[in-house]
Amino acid sequence: MFQTVLVANRGEIARRIIRTLHAMRIKAIAVYSEADAGAPHVREADQAALLGPAPAAESYLDGSRVLAAAIRTGAQAIHPGYGFLAENAAFARSVIDAGLGWIGPSPECVEAMGDKINARNLMAAAGVPVAPGTREPVSDVEAAVAAAADIGYPVMVKAAAGGGGIGMGVADDETSLRTAFETARSRGRRFFGSPSILLERHLPHARHVEIQILGLADGRVVALGERDCSVQRRHQKVAEETPSPGVRPELRARMLAAAVRAGEAVGYRGAGTVECLVDPAAQSFVFLEMNTRLQVEHPVTELVTGLDLVAEQLRVAAGAAPGFDPASPPGPTGHAIELRVYAEDPVRFLPGPGTITGWSEPVGEGIRVDSGYTKGDVVSPHYDPLMAKLCAHGADRDEALARLRQAVATFTVEGPKCNLPFFTELLRNEEFVSGNYDTGLIGRMRP
Amino acid sequence: MAEELRAEMMANVWKVVAGEGDEVSGGDTVVILESMKMEIPVTAGSDGTVTNLAVSEGQVVQEGELIAEIG
Repeated sequence: MFQTVLVANRGEIARRIIRTLHAMRIKAIAVYSEADAGAPHVREADQAALLGPAPAAESYLDGSRVLAAAIRTGAQAIHPGYGFLAENAAFARSVIDAGLGWIGPSPECVEAMGDKINARNLMAAAGVPVAPGTREPVSDVEAAVAAAADIGYPVMVKAAAGGGGIGMGVADDETSLRTAFETARSRGRRFFGSPSILLERHLPHARHVEIQILGLADGRVVALGERDCSVQRRHQKVAEETPSPGVRPELRARMLAAAVRAGEAVGYRGAGTVECLVDPAAQSFVFLEMNTRLQVEHPVTELVTGLDLVAEQLRVAAGAAPGFDPASPPGPTGHAIELRVYAEDPVRFLPGPGTITGWSEPVGEGIRVDSGYTKGDVVSPHYDPLMAKLCAHGADRDEALARLRQAVATFTVEGPKCNLPFFTELLRNEEFVSGNYDTGLIGRMRP
Repeated sequence: MAEELRAEMMANVWKVVAGEGDEVSGGDTVVILESMKMEIPVTAGSDGTVTNLAVSEGQVVQEGELIAEIG
C-alpha cells in the first residue's frame, strides 16, 4: 500500500479522502489555492502545498502545478476526488508517466468515456441499451434540426465533453432546439474546450438511476447497487437515495448486470458510475453516461453496504485485493438518503457565497455529515456551491426520512445563502415522501 | 430616471457585454457575472443609455456592489 498520497482537491471531498488515508495510516498531502489557505482540508492534512491563486485554472485545474507538488512532497500516488482533474485523461497520463500511482481508471478509459458520443456507441456495442440519438458529433445547427426530426421531440442537447449539467438543454421544437444548440456549443467550448454536440431523445418522466461499479485489480468488475438521483435542479443533483424507490428487483438485476458489462467492455479499474435513465412505468432503462471517478453521492452506497469506497479505490490502485468477497459483494442493508447542502438561495437556487459566521452540524443515530467548511471559513465564488453532504441511514426509507427531517432542523449555516429550507420542504413533499417522483420534481415544486 | 444595476451576489465579472454610451433595451444583458460555476446575466430593467460601467472583466464584486447605471 502507498505510504504518502496527495489529494488533488478541496472542500468536503478532500476531507473525506484524508479521513480514509489516516484510517489506513497513509500520510495525506493536501493542495490549496490562495483562497483556501487555512481551509479545513489544509488543516487536517499532514502536509499541504500551495498551488497558486484562487481561480481554479491557476490552481486546482492546473495539472502541472499539482504534479509538481506531488513530486516535491514525495507523494507516491494522487487521488483526484471528483471534478477538477478527476476526468482529465492527459493529467492521468502525466501522473503515470512521472512514475506515480493514479487513483482512478486508466487514461484510455477516462478518454473513451469522456466523450459522450463515443461512450454511447461503446455501450450500445456492449449490449447496454441507449436512447435514440446521434452516433456522430452534430456539426451545425441545421444538422441538429435534421437529427432531431429523426429522433423525435423532445430532445436533449448536450456538450459531448460536458459534465455537471453544464451546456445541457431540452428542446421541444425547432425554435428551442436552435437556441439550445448554440448554448450547448458555446458552453462546451468555454467549460470543456470542445464544441462537439450530441442529441438524444429526452425522457420527461424518467428517473435518474446510476450503478456504482468497482473494477478490481485482478480485472473483475463488480456492481455495488444503485443510487436514485432524480431530485435535480438545472440538471444537477440535489438529493440522492439508495435503494431507488422506482426500481423493482428484476430491473435492478438487469441494470447491475449491464453496468458490469459496461465496465468489462472498457477494462475498467477502480470506482466508476454507470448513469442511466429509468422509465418506472415500463421498468426499462437506457444508458446515459459513465463517470470515471468517485461520485459526490458515494456515501449513500457506503452507508447501506458498509464499504469504504475510497479505501477500495486505494486497494485497486495499489494492486491489492478488495476488502470484501467479490463473489458476493455486500447488498444493501436499510435505506440511505443524501442531501447536498449548497450555498444558494432555497427558492431560485442562485449562488450566494460568503463568510460562514455560524455553523453547527447535526448529530444522531444514522446521521453522517461530510462537510468542507466550518465557522470562519469563506465560501468563495471561485468554486462549486457544495458546502456539505447531509446523509441519513435508517432500517427503511421512512426511518431515513424521519432522521433527515430531524437533522435538517438542527443544521445551522449562517453567512452564505443556504438551501436547507428547501430540504425542509422536500422532506414534506408528498411526491418525494411517496417515493414516486422523477427528474421533473423540482420543476413542479418551483413552477 | 437613472437605473442602478447591482450584483445580486458575490461573483466574478466574466463578460462585459455593453459599453459606456451604448443604447440598451429593457431585458438586454449588460454584464455576465459568474459565481460558483454558474453564469448570471445582469440585465437592464428598462430602455436607456449605459451612463456608467463600474466593473471590468475578471474583477470580483460583492453582493450589492454597483455594476452599471442606465440613464
